[in-house]
Amino acid sequence: MQSQAEVNMPDQEVKHALQSEFVSFTVAGQAFCLKITQIREIRRWSPVTILPHAPADVLGVMNLRGAVIPIYDLSARFGLQQTEASERNVVIVVAVHGKPVGLLAESVSEIISINPEEIQETPQVDSRSTMEYIQGIISHDDTMVRIINLDAVISAPEQVI
Amino acid sequence: MKTKVLAIDDSRTIRNLLAATLEEAGFEYHCAVDGREGVDMYAGVAPDVVITDINMPNLDGFGVIEELRGTDINSKVPILVLTTESAPEMKARARDAGATGWITKPFDDQSLIFALKRVTGAVA
Amino acid sequence: MSGSIQDTFFEECEELLEAMDEGLTAVEGGDHDPEIVNAVFRAVHSIKGGAGAFGLDELVGFAHKFETVFDEVRSNKVQLDTKLIQLLLRCSDHLADLVAVARDGGSTDEEHHDTLIAGLEEYLDEEEEELTFEPMGLGGPAAPPPLAIESEKNYTIRFQPLKEMFGTGNEPFFLFQALSELGDLKVVLDESELPGFDSMDMAESYLAWDLELTSSEPQSRVEAVFEFVEGLCELSIASDKDDEEEAAALEALNAAFGADAGPLGSGLPEVTPPAAAPAEAPETDTSGPFEAPAPAEEVKVAEAEPVEQAEAASPEAAKKEQRGPKPTLRVELERVDRLINAVGELIINHSMLAQQIANLNAGDMRDVETELEGFKNLARDIQEGVMAIRAQPVKPLFQRMARIVREASSATEKQAKLINEGENTEVDKTVIERLSDPLTHILRNAVDHGLEKPEDREAAGKSRVGEIRLSASHRSGSVCIEIKDDGAGINRPKVKQIAIEKGLIPENAELTDSEIDNLLFLPGFSTAKEVSNLSGRGVGMDVVKNAVTGLGGRISITSTPGKGSTFTIILPLTLAVMDGMVVSVGGQTMVVPITSIVETMRGSDDMINSLGADGTLLSIRGNFVPICDVAGALGLMKPDDQPPGVYLLVETETGQRSALAVDDIHDQRQVVIKSLDGVCGNIPGVAAATILGDGKIAMILDPESIISAGGTAGFDTERRMSNAIAS
Repeated sequence: MQSQAEVNMPDQEVKHALQSEFVSFTVAGQAFCLKITQIREIRRWSPVTILPHAPADVLGVMNLRGAVIPIYDLSARFGLQQTEASERNVVIVVAVHGKPVGLLAESVSEIISINPEEIQETPQVDSRSTMEYIQGIISHDDTMVRIINLDAVISAPEQVI
Repeated sequence: MKTKVLAIDDSRTIRNLLAATLEEAGFEYHCAVDGREGVDMYAGVAPDVVITDINMPNLDGFGVIEELRGTDINSKVPILVLTTESAPEMKARARDAGATGWITKPFDDQSLIFALKRVTGAVA
Repeated sequence: MSGSIQDTFFEECEELLEAMDEGLTAVEGGDHDPEIVNAVFRAVHSIKGGAGAFGLDELVGFAHKFETVFDEVRSNKVQLDTKLIQLLLRCSDHLADLVAVARDGGSTDEEHHDTLIAGLEEYLDEEEEELTFEPMGLGGPAAPPPLAIESEKNYTIRFQPLKEMFGTGNEPFFLFQALSELGDLKVVLDESELPGFDSMDMAESYLAWDLELTSSEPQSRVEAVFEFVEGLCELSIASDKDDEEEAAALEALNAAFGADAGPLGSGLPEVTPPAAAPAEAPETDTSGPFEAPAPAEEVKVAEAEPVEQAEAASPEAAKKEQRGPKPTLRVELERVDRLINAVGELIINHSMLAQQIANLNAGDMRDVETELEGFKNLARDIQEGVMAIRAQPVKPLFQRMARIVREASSATEKQAKLINEGENTEVDKTVIERLSDPLTHILRNAVDHGLEKPEDREAAGKSRVGEIRLSASHRSGSVCIEIKDDGAGINRPKVKQIAIEKGLIPENAELTDSEIDNLLFLPGFSTAKEVSNLSGRGVGMDVVKNAVTGLGGRISITSTPGKGSTFTIILPLTLAVMDGMVVSVGGQTMVVPITSIVETMRGSDDMINSLGADGTLLSIRGNFVPICDVAGALGLMKPDDQPPGVYLLVETETGQRSALAVDDIHDQRQVVIKSLDGVCGNIPGVAAATILGDGKIAMILDPESIISAGGTAGFDTERRMSNAIAS
């Protein structure tokens, strides 16, 4: 759950080469990020097809070039308020367990480069539903950016509903 | 010119094994799935050597040997019998019919090539 | 050994096991045609042969015993009686298990294995028993030489072919060439025995060779060269450094050959291989018996002829292929599935195109529409063609079921025979694969619960042997599979009693016979007082039903007391496309399978009748049919408060009718089925999804589960709905 792969490479000389690029975005007003290599594409929000009986954080499914992919509301997933999805919002398409999955976010901010040692462990706080999904935090331009633990956010498909 | 082998066996596994071994060793490989097809293909392929299974539908290995030996122009082609029968009487029967030699299944690459060399002179 | 060849072996094993089962089933049925016995023998034999190549010793050992007994049958040394047939059937099952173990790992029941071996051995002579399987080709001599460095030896070899050798295609020249690979070889032709031209006998052998080989190879290797001419020549091999072992080996060899190790000839023309010696022989004696030693020419012939013959071969080959079985092409399933996906996209693409053209509002579009229609027809043709590739006969599946019945009857001490009908009916490969479990369960159930014990059957005036009929047929765009037993039929009072006890139905429920029969499919229902170790296994008929509905199919049961029961499974021909009715429900576009719709109608207020607190009935020509609000069942909100105006009359498997209330009907079209597996879990009421002409995804509904979910709908979805609608 803590910062895993990113923290165990402390060698100063190679650190520049070890910089990772992250895409930061906002969800319910908070800054989050995902490694750029985890992201397949970013699309503008368009209405999805509702899945009957789906939990609140599953918005529905959409057609991604012939494939049916589920769309999650990250905000609801994190236990924050539900997103009122609109044209201004984006869907970040990631691959989890080899399958594409869409994540609804408010907006994408920028691409940031991070050295592994800049990643801090997540301090213990009370909100467990958020904690589970964060694998570390970084400070960027005086804001705290939360690194999402994708595997924790999207568990195996069977467990989704 | 590659040495041409016509393999006759009803087992796809054995055919594949033969194909892999022989093609790797530089032989030209042709195959038939039963004795009848093997005899029919013979003229078209004009192999330098025939490898035939004994237990096959339509025409068994003995039949193949007899038919190939029965035709004058074919009478000299080396025919190797490929069979799980390791019993001496099976070899004797095959030879009486005109088989040149035998390869006992399961075969290994070297013994197969060695046997082929002895009957075709192929330098594979 | 390449993995792919091993894959081929296991694939082939499946086919061979099928062929074996088919043959044995025919034999069991009284058909002792030698060709059938032969076919079974060959199947077992081929399994053994392949298994040997991959060192699958257990499989080889068992197959060998099995095969040997069959060989005895083949040669009429052993009589095929009922006892033996039963043993052979059990052995065939075990052989299948051994193949599976070899492929997937695991182990088989050793005790069972030994029992069968012992059973087989009863039919074998003692000495036959000793026949061991040779693990290596050529019995050893051709194996690579030992690694120990041998000093060079000088071998002196005398080789004199007997006339018998010339009929076998063995060439002295090639033998010499093989020898020359072992070291330095000198070949001396001894033609001293050649008679005068006049007294020459064409069939006689007059030539002999003296060979001197300098090689570091062991003598066994040298002897191996002459393996094929053993007994066809007089041969002696001597070396200057005979060690004891080799001397003994030579002695044994010579004894076997009956050859004398005579002195070498001398003062003869000396030739060296490769070409000279053999080439000269026919020249010195043009009509000589040695057609054999002319390899140079022969090779030429072999090289020259194919050029012409290769051309001649193709039409011949084509002709040949038309005989025998139809030519087939083996293709990876994945390639076919890619093609199916692509065709699916093509169909979606067509409907998108059609929709966009319709939206153009551009004057006269008749030409475009005609072309578009052609496009659609072509797409359908391709699609049907591709689907046909996936279609396979149910025969292998049905044949496997014979074993299930066999095992089930021996476990329950009942007697049963399975009769297969319509084995050549073709069904989608995936459907066949996924039918295996439900069929197994139904058949076990039929033996366990359906058929009576032999004595009870006799008392009821039936044959002691119960009959189960497994049939497949095509029925108006669907596949129908029936499992019919001639057992006691469903004990309806008992079934009803159990259902009441388990709280599945209210105590005072009035049920038709058919409704009672179909109680069997309710989750948690099992008529067996104790869970028998056979059809028990913690699986109920509800699982069977789920498996069938999971394939887009339906299952039902009919039963006549004392006469037996029939399970009927209706399946779609394909899993990839279906004809659907596009409707809107709760503001969403959805698709209802056409096959489940009896009729559609627009309702008016006066057709709707309340029943109780929230039940409503639709009156159709005097009949009252319960209304099921689809939006409600799916937990969707209606766009407004107006009652839906359109009804789809559907009929469930039990013959129960229901009116599905939807907002509106749009059109009817072919849709490509997109599985939701891996996208989300099972959604009650939803079978799959599809992509519509506008690129949007629509749910494909499962009317049966909507009706059964009808009462329990409407939880927890309002928030999300408002969310989606707001977007």
